[in-house]
Amino acid sequence: MQSLTNRSKIVSNKTMTWSERIYLPAILAGLKITLVHFFKKKVTLQYPEQTKDHGPYFRGRHVLKRDDQGRENCTACGLCALSCPAEAITMIAAERKPGEEHLFREEKYAIEYEINMLRCIFCGFCEEACPKDAIYLTEMIPTADYTRKKFVYTKDMLLEGIEPKDRIDISKRRKGIREGAM
Amino acid sequence: MKVTIDDISIDVPPGTTILEAARMIGENVPPTMCYYSKLEGSGGKCRSCLVKVTKGSEKDPRPMPKLVASCRTNVMDGMEVKNTTSPEVLQARKSVTEFLLINHPIDCPVCDQAGECDLQDLSYEHGLSKSRYDFKKRIFDLIDIGENIQMHMTRCIMCYRCVMVADQLTPERVHGVLNRGEASEISTYIQKAIDNEFSGNMIDVCPVGALTDKTFRFKSRVWFTKPVYAHRDCKTCSGKVTLWYQGAEVLRVTGRKNKWHEVEEFICNDCRFHKKNTEDWVIESAATISRHSVISQNLNVYEKPVIHKKLQEKPKSE
Repeated sequence: MQSLTNRSKIVSNKTMTWSERIYLPAILAGLKITLVHFFKKKVTLQYPEQTKDHGPYFRGRHVLKRDDQGRENCTACGLCALSCPAEAITMIAAERKPGEEHLFREEKYAIEYEINMLRCIFCGFCEEACPKDAIYLTEMIPTADYTRKKFVYTKDMLLEGIEPKDRIDISKRRKGIREGAM
Repeated sequence: MKVTIDDISIDVPPGTTILEAARMIGENVPPTMCYYSKLEGSGGKCRSCLVKVTKGSEKDPRPMPKLVASCRTNVMDGMEVKNTTSPEVLQARKSVTEFLLINHPIDCPVCDQAGECDLQDLSYEHGLSKSRYDFKKRIFDLIDIGENIQMHMTRCIMCYRCVMVADQLTPERVHGVLNRGEASEISTYIQKAIDNEFSGNMIDVCPVGALTDKTFRFKSRVWFTKPVYAHRDCKTCSGKVTLWYQGAEVLRVTGRKNKWHEVEEFICNDCRFHKKNTEDWVIESAATISRHSVISQNLNVYEKPVIHKKLQEKPKSE
């Protein structure tokens, strides 16, 4: 019967010629390919010593940003948790006390903030939802570990440092998000 | 009396306002920021419910010269009103929204009202994406008006609803509007003055986050909590409330709000602030939330509420 899609391949059962039957030309052709690749540039990277640059849209583990004065941007509004399709983000909010104005930018801040890196699918919705410019995905990769508990990243692991050397540069990614490229 | 709003006709009793007639139709209802049907004399301040009257009445078919506030204008027989079908009304509403937002801090990420805020809904629908206001916004210091209610005067839009609640629900009002013009503010003058048994209703009637529940302050966001209707035997009020659950914990108690975000029955402070255990309440059903509301994202209709098992046992023992 004729096939309806007409996509099936008809197999031919033609007999091989003498030159094909001795296989030597085919073997030599194969060896030639191997030999050509032997002198070509190697594509393998010696990973831990050598690393490859990430593309501009790479989405790695998160960072909680501070503003120029070193105050935490996050105000625990919960929009990242709301937008998260994997339910990876949880937080507990607290009220800023008088005298803590140099630590937190707004009246409310996240006293606890957790991201479960096993749940996270690195989609970047959280940084898109964030109204306070507080969370960004970086080029860092969550490292492998032995227990599930260690993949729950707490606030002190996610928050960047106050000193200029401890800051994590996300300017490239921020620019991309604002232009709608990512 | 026959009135036609956006080409839909309805018969209403004399003395009905255009807004009430629109609510009877149920579609294309003008937004309200200051009008509250339960409060006498409310409305006419925010101008967000402006509509265009294209035909005054059967006897006098001339259109009204300006847009009118639908919450304060009574219908006439044969009146024809245009709400969303008139570009003029939409433009006016856009401008009104812009004016309301001029002094509003737009600190929704911090505000506890976010998610059930009327001003948020209004600006989402009619507002600009960016402010055109260059000057400094009006800012007030936080004042302590009482142990249960948190006031943020900066967020206030001067709708006077809370003043009317205190006037009409309680025998003595201790807060009101001080100063005038741009400097006017809701205040108690003497701090920690509000202690009336029904003062908590100010929180429910406030269209923005100017008055919020101190016991719920920063506990969670509205859209992470599940609303459930419940009641209890209360000596001072009807005891019919909405409980807002997070897990098995009652984070907040509010009055039951209807389709127009108005409380059906006012509740007392004891129910609102001090009864935060499931044992205190008899649960009726899940609250009805518009599916367009962000709150509905947390209402998994396929999931049986865990709290139900306990509640079914409760009425038997009583």
